[in-house]
Amino acid sequence: MTDFTQLGVKQIRDGVAGGDFTAREVAESFNAAVAAAAELNAFIVTTPDHALAAADATDAKRAKGEDLGKMGGVPIGMKDLFATKGVQTTAASHILEGFKPEYESTVSQKLWDAGAGMLGKLNLDQFAMGSSNETSYFGNVNSPWKKAGTNAAMSPGGSSGGSSSAVAARIAPAATGTDTGGSIRQPAAFTGICGIKPTYGRCSRWGVVAFASSLDQAGPMARSVEDCAIMLEAMAGFDPKDATSLQMDVPNWEAALSADLKGKKVGIPREYRMDGTDQAILDSWEQGKAMLRDAGAEIVDVSLPHTKYALPAYYIIAPAEASSNLARYDGVRYGLRDLPEGAGLQDMYAATRAAGFGDEVKRRVLIGTYVLSAGFYDAYYTQAQKIRTLVAQDFEKAFEQCDVILAPTTPTASFPLGSLNDDPLTMYLNDVFAVPASLAGLPAMSVPATINSDGLPLGLQLVGKPFDEQGVLNAGLAIQQRAGFEAQPEKWW
Amino acid sequence: MSVTREEVAKIASLARIKMGDEELDRMVPELNNILDWVEQLGEVDTSGVEPMTAVIPNTLRLRDDVVDAIPETSGGRRDDVLANAPVAEHGFFGVPKVIE
Repeated sequence: MTDFTQLGVKQIRDGVAGGDFTAREVAESFNAAVAAAAELNAFIVTTPDHALAAADATDAKRAKGEDLGKMGGVPIGMKDLFATKGVQTTAASHILEGFKPEYESTVSQKLWDAGAGMLGKLNLDQFAMGSSNETSYFGNVNSPWKKAGTNAAMSPGGSSGGSSSAVAARIAPAATGTDTGGSIRQPAAFTGICGIKPTYGRCSRWGVVAFASSLDQAGPMARSVEDCAIMLEAMAGFDPKDATSLQMDVPNWEAALSADLKGKKVGIPREYRMDGTDQAILDSWEQGKAMLRDAGAEIVDVSLPHTKYALPAYYIIAPAEASSNLARYDGVRYGLRDLPEGAGLQDMYAATRAAGFGDEVKRRVLIGTYVLSAGFYDAYYTQAQKIRTLVAQDFEKAFEQCDVILAPTTPTASFPLGSLNDDPLTMYLNDVFAVPASLAGLPAMSVPATINSDGLPLGLQLVGKPFDEQGVLNAGLAIQQRAGFEAQPEKWW
Repeated sequence: MSVTREEVAKIASLARIKMGDEELDRMVPELNNILDWVEQLGEVDTSGVEPMTAVIPNTLRLRDDVVDAIPETSGGRRDDVLANAPVAEHGFFGVPKVIE
């Protein structure tokens, strides 16, 4: 009998469409795998009935000979940042505990319309603020991977850590993620899976709990480049309910996939060769170059001179936007209310937010409030936005010389949970290679490259021109075919 | 530039987050570490550089001038809007007394 949990999106979709097995069998297998993996803490709530209902609907359509959709019969995990009607949506925060939206986010609705079902709501860093999945109110997520010879709980990356853990552990064939400054790519790299953040505006932000609106983008996380292409097609598309939604047709990325890179130029940004980067990561970068050359591409050196300023600029812009976006959590309209005896309205706000936000969220709200305050606005916020312009211009110039950029996704492999907690800054450095593409709104993907000497996965990152998800996916496919990454975490949960 | 304990208390108050002494003590050095680190942005000569306003060139669309054109964002949904309120009374959000 087929072990359905080993199958990816394409295999499930095609197998269900071809009658090799039913969507219900697949959903039941994944529901059971989810139920048996509580130790990973990847899910905040599970929704087995949702997965079964979607599967039954797909099977019924097939019986009637109807179109099953791009994701027909595929059960997925939904990051708990997407509003799902009638299903608790928390952003992994206490302040939204118990919140059951009266509406469905555009991206999740599109996935259900494409025939997907929901296994549950995936854990994440609180309000997507974190790089290790240790800021969730609902507890840390464990990576299914272990460092060789140790039993320490490892980080699945963040903020989409529930997503990365679930997909790597094969308790979901794919999951949604969101990426503000690396939150799809870094967890994908840490767990040996693929994840793509499309061009800013491709996926609607409507119904996605807002963190930093000028950066937030949804994207798929799955085990292959093909699966990401399929799922991104289902997620993307114009939405009049999002003012920054791109009014463009969604290309048929899956059909146009090609690992033949003849005539393509791949840029290697010299500024990404930074102190503190693991030698194994630098080695895998070299291997990545060789793979793309083997696929027919020409390798060229490019320069992104403002790279070192991208991360500090991000840590002004993102908290500034967060402090504004999170002002809505006031104990009045939804979520937690803390009303001390005899307190007035202002005291209620302050008590509610003190009780409802975790430490990292408070830190970022305070930073954001400070950099936007009178007297400091120009020195911090305006200067950061000017540097954001320079970072974007760096990419524009680089893309005059190349079609796609190859870089590491992260400076290190995954680390044990708790090992970087002493200093928020050290944690922030995880996203040093991911943040520049976020600031410039560019499509960027992480694909698994190799396993390091500790038995942990390493990822490579591809960054493309605006709207050129195809170029990113194609280069990713070329790496996937040559890296032959087949490693799986040994089951301990 | 660094912030004092009093300034952090002021920022917390502006952000409407109640903070006790212990939390303030913890927050001050953490914020100063972050602020010291972002200070390096001052090295960059940004004269003549426009601050970014839109990361991908886009135009602000106008919606059709039609009442309730998009059902999910239209009127007539009072009960949905109030469904998650900690306190809802008589079709309104309930809050502590504001006017003495």
